[in-house]
Amino acid sequence: MRCFIVIAAFNEGGRVGPVVREVRARYADVIVVDDGSIDATAAEAREAGAIVLSHAINRGQGAALQTGFEYALGHGAEAIVTFDADGQHRAEDIDTLLAPVRDRGFDVALGSRFLHRNPSIPPTRELTLRLGVIFTRWVSGIRVTDTHNGLRAFSRDAAARITIRQDRMAHASEILDTIARCRMRYCEVPTDVRYTTHSLRKGQRSSAAFRIALDFLLGRWEE
Amino acid sequence: MSLIQLVLVLFAAFALARVLGRFRAGVIRLPECLLWTGLWAGVAVVVLDPNLTQRVARVLGVGRGVDAIFYLTIVLLFYLVFRVHMRMRGLERQITELVRKLALLSAK
Repeated sequence: MRCFIVIAAFNEGGRVGPVVREVRARYADVIVVDDGSIDATAAEAREAGAIVLSHAINRGQGAALQTGFEYALGHGAEAIVTFDADGQHRAEDIDTLLAPVRDRGFDVALGSRFLHRNPSIPPTRELTLRLGVIFTRWVSGIRVTDTHNGLRAFSRDAAARITIRQDRMAHASEILDTIARCRMRYCEVPTDVRYTTHSLRKGQRSSAAFRIALDFLLGRWEE
Repeated sequence: MSLIQLVLVLFAAFALARVLGRFRAGVIRLPECLLWTGLWAGVAVVVLDPNLTQRVARVLGVGRGVDAIFYLTIVLLFYLVFRVHMRMRGLERQITELVRKLALLSAK
């Protein structure tokens, strides 16, 4: 099965290179969508062997993932995995994540840090994520344990049906909403998240959750 | 005519001229032109005959003419903000589409 790994990267110079190498050791087709970075992200990713798509200006993670999806679908992808550029995911988790899509007919497999044996999640981050779970259950009616995990696997068909319109961070809720609305077959797979000082600083602050929720609700109402 | 009336009428005339200019230049279309023309003409009329607002206020069940103007203006402004907001979202979407197309084109 030809699987494309889509990595959205914004100013991840120094980190995206090792991430691409780690993934490339297992999967040949790695796409890095450089989302208007002002550092060496694109050059580093290309040097590590990734196909690099460059956004001329920063449009947000959701927009970057959609660009990667369109490229992958146009180049014969049979499955697509989204993977974060900052090194928080482990490449070996891709195999376990792909298994349900490849072998058991699932449309989508979602990574969940909360299903992992020994999750080591900072307390405030855990609280925010748990609230996200409740919010998603309430708004979209989908029962998952980790709504904002960047590690996901999609069958070609599922990826083609999901169009990410939320350019910024609300795309995570939007993807789940589409999964629920289209009644896709999905499952959760335990995956690890490596929290580093970098990923915590660069990642979303807990206070951003409200804006993300508002973005999502406004976008949903517009459809 | 008091000074404030003069200033406001002159401003309305200036705005009206701009609206018509934009229309003639093809920047705005007829419906939009009529909307803005109506608005600025209305401003001029109300400024020249403040008692008119008093009558409108009585019809609407509001105490004073100025209050009626305030209420209507606030509603109108909210609506315009909403329109601008929707327009901006549309533009954002188009920008993303453009950026995406460029990225996909230069990858080939």
